[in-house]
Amino acid sequence: MFEAVLLTVITAATPLLIAAVGELVVERSGVLNLGVEGMMIIGAVVGFAVANQTGSGTLGVLAAILAGMAMSALFAFLVLRLVTNQVASGLALTILGLGLSGMIGESFIGIPGLRLPELYIPGLSDLPFIGPVFFSHDAVVYIGFALVGLVSYVLFRTRTGLILRAVGDNHVSAHALGYSVLKVRFLAILFGGGCAGLAGAYMSLAYTPQWVENMVSGRGWIALALVVFASWLPMRIIAGAYLFGAVTVLTFHAQAQGIGIPSQFLSCLPYLATIAVLVVISANRRLTLVNTPACLGKPFVPDR
Amino acid sequence: MRIELIKRKEHSQLMAMLSPILAVGLTLVAAAILFVLSGTDPLLGLFKFFIEPLLDVWSLQEVVVKATPLVLIACGLSVCYLSNNWNIGAEGQFVAGALCGSALPILYPEFETAATLPLMLLFGVIGGALWALIPAILKTRFNTNEILTSLMLVYVANLLLDYLVRGPWRDPDGYNFPESRMFSDAATLPGIGDGRMSIAAPITLAVVVILALVLSRTIKGFEIRVMGESPRAGAFAGFSRKGLTLFSFALAGGLAGLAGTMEVSGSLNQLLPTISPGYGFTAIIVAFLGRLNPIAILVAGFVLALSYIGGEAVQASMGVSDKIANVIQGLLLFFVLGCDTFINYRLRVVTSRSSGEKAGA
Repeated sequence: MFEAVLLTVITAATPLLIAAVGELVVERSGVLNLGVEGMMIIGAVVGFAVANQTGSGTLGVLAAILAGMAMSALFAFLVLRLVTNQVASGLALTILGLGLSGMIGESFIGIPGLRLPELYIPGLSDLPFIGPVFFSHDAVVYIGFALVGLVSYVLFRTRTGLILRAVGDNHVSAHALGYSVLKVRFLAILFGGGCAGLAGAYMSLAYTPQWVENMVSGRGWIALALVVFASWLPMRIIAGAYLFGAVTVLTFHAQAQGIGIPSQFLSCLPYLATIAVLVVISANRRLTLVNTPACLGKPFVPDR
Repeated sequence: MRIELIKRKEHSQLMAMLSPILAVGLTLVAAAILFVLSGTDPLLGLFKFFIEPLLDVWSLQEVVVKATPLVLIACGLSVCYLSNNWNIGAEGQFVAGALCGSALPILYPEFETAATLPLMLLFGVIGGALWALIPAILKTRFNTNEILTSLMLVYVANLLLDYLVRGPWRDPDGYNFPESRMFSDAATLPGIGDGRMSIAAPITLAVVVILALVLSRTIKGFEIRVMGESPRAGAFAGFSRKGLTLFSFALAGGLAGLAGTMEVSGSLNQLLPTISPGYGFTAIIVAFLGRLNPIAILVAGFVLALSYIGGEAVQASMGVSDKIANVIQGLLLFFVLGCDTFINYRLRVVTSRSSGEKAGA
């Protein structure tokens, strides 16, 4: 029982983890992309469709990443080239993504999906308890952890990370030093889009291997909240994603046990938990102000 | 060669007028491409989607029915956005208002007096406003991001509605269908004409006119615009940022709640597990297409209402998915935002020669 719960927590946390770490990079470059939900749902439907047509989960995942990047490129063109309002443009991306996914996915409703294969690591996967819990997931779970480690390393240990943070904290100075603010931000947005696409594909190829309209159901928004929760530090995203994964799974199990609380109230919990977490984190000004990218959400027009 | 944006000395009045029209034009082109991609005749598609609903009295009335909540919600949102308060949870405020407004006819069905309807509308406004005040208070008190909290409350409101119509508020004589009892005549908005139109439309019109006057002629309107464009200047003028956050959220929530109650009382006549085809989100597009101006929002509301009816029309007559309406709505917002850029900026094409001249000069 405990083992099963732990396994589902990991699958529930993985899409949040991946989408949030992508958005973290975007926000560190000074751009707020509220379109995570829209990019995730496009990733979910494209991943499902391609995997279904080709029979290959890997191709599905790759296509979902590309689709997420394509959506984010649209957003990047608007906010970087046309200096549009980032909040409104992100919303537009979400509305478009939800509509487009509904249209693409209409013919895939009710078709049984493909599940990403679980890795088998000789020796380790056979260990009791440890084997199934840690060493027999699909590759995306491990990619998620690798992404967090990689982002953390690049952001704080490399020159690239330094430039990215400089662009996010003071775009005027970064521009004066000769760095291309728009190029750095474009690449960061693309990375965020790819992560959101991957997270979406995980929803439709591993979490619940099927296509259901609106199946992301707010996880993109929760991922955005996780970035605030993590106060823009990648490692803390793991804690946040697993906390929310645990809340989601506990509500499922509570419903299955029939503890007498209406299921709708239990389904509210992840959303209410998000609000509670945001309140606790934002009330602590020291925690947020230190790491918040100073130029977050501010447009930049280079003057030459 | 590259293209640069050059900031205009002052914002272009001409582009401010042209931008929404240009955006709608570009959306039509994109819609035509969508029709081609889904394997249908683009001209016929555009005609069925955008023109035919306007030629028939019945569907014209339906456009008004759909435009009413959109305009009402967008009016409230425009005040939020003008003052830099990002309320994107109008969908939840719409539902919360509808729940509060419906409490009276569902819990006290025998209470049938002349006061029933006004009380319902009042409860609807209060319910929507209170729901909207949650993110506003969290923002002013704890500095919490209002975008995320207002959106999370949409899910909570929808789940609450789902719980009520399947649980305590389910119609006792309804054969276990997840719906509330039908409202009595005293709790139903008086209709207009032979279609589904009700006095919700003239009430909305009145709200638009009042809001337009408040925004252009009163100190409050001035305060809203100053605090949006330059909060520092506003603070020196003695305007309270927190006060305005609470005010704009309460107003937007109140209007969304009113829209929700009027939708339930005027069109649906009962509560269902879903009472809105995304009005609260589409209203965001309406607000931007209307450039946050109540009168222009009225026009924008009709354009987006048309997209709902058009979506149903192409599905019924051409077999194109009605989801095409959502895609067209999303594209429209993109084009609106993109075109608005040219109000404050103009394009300059920089060739390598002209940038060389600049360096030489």
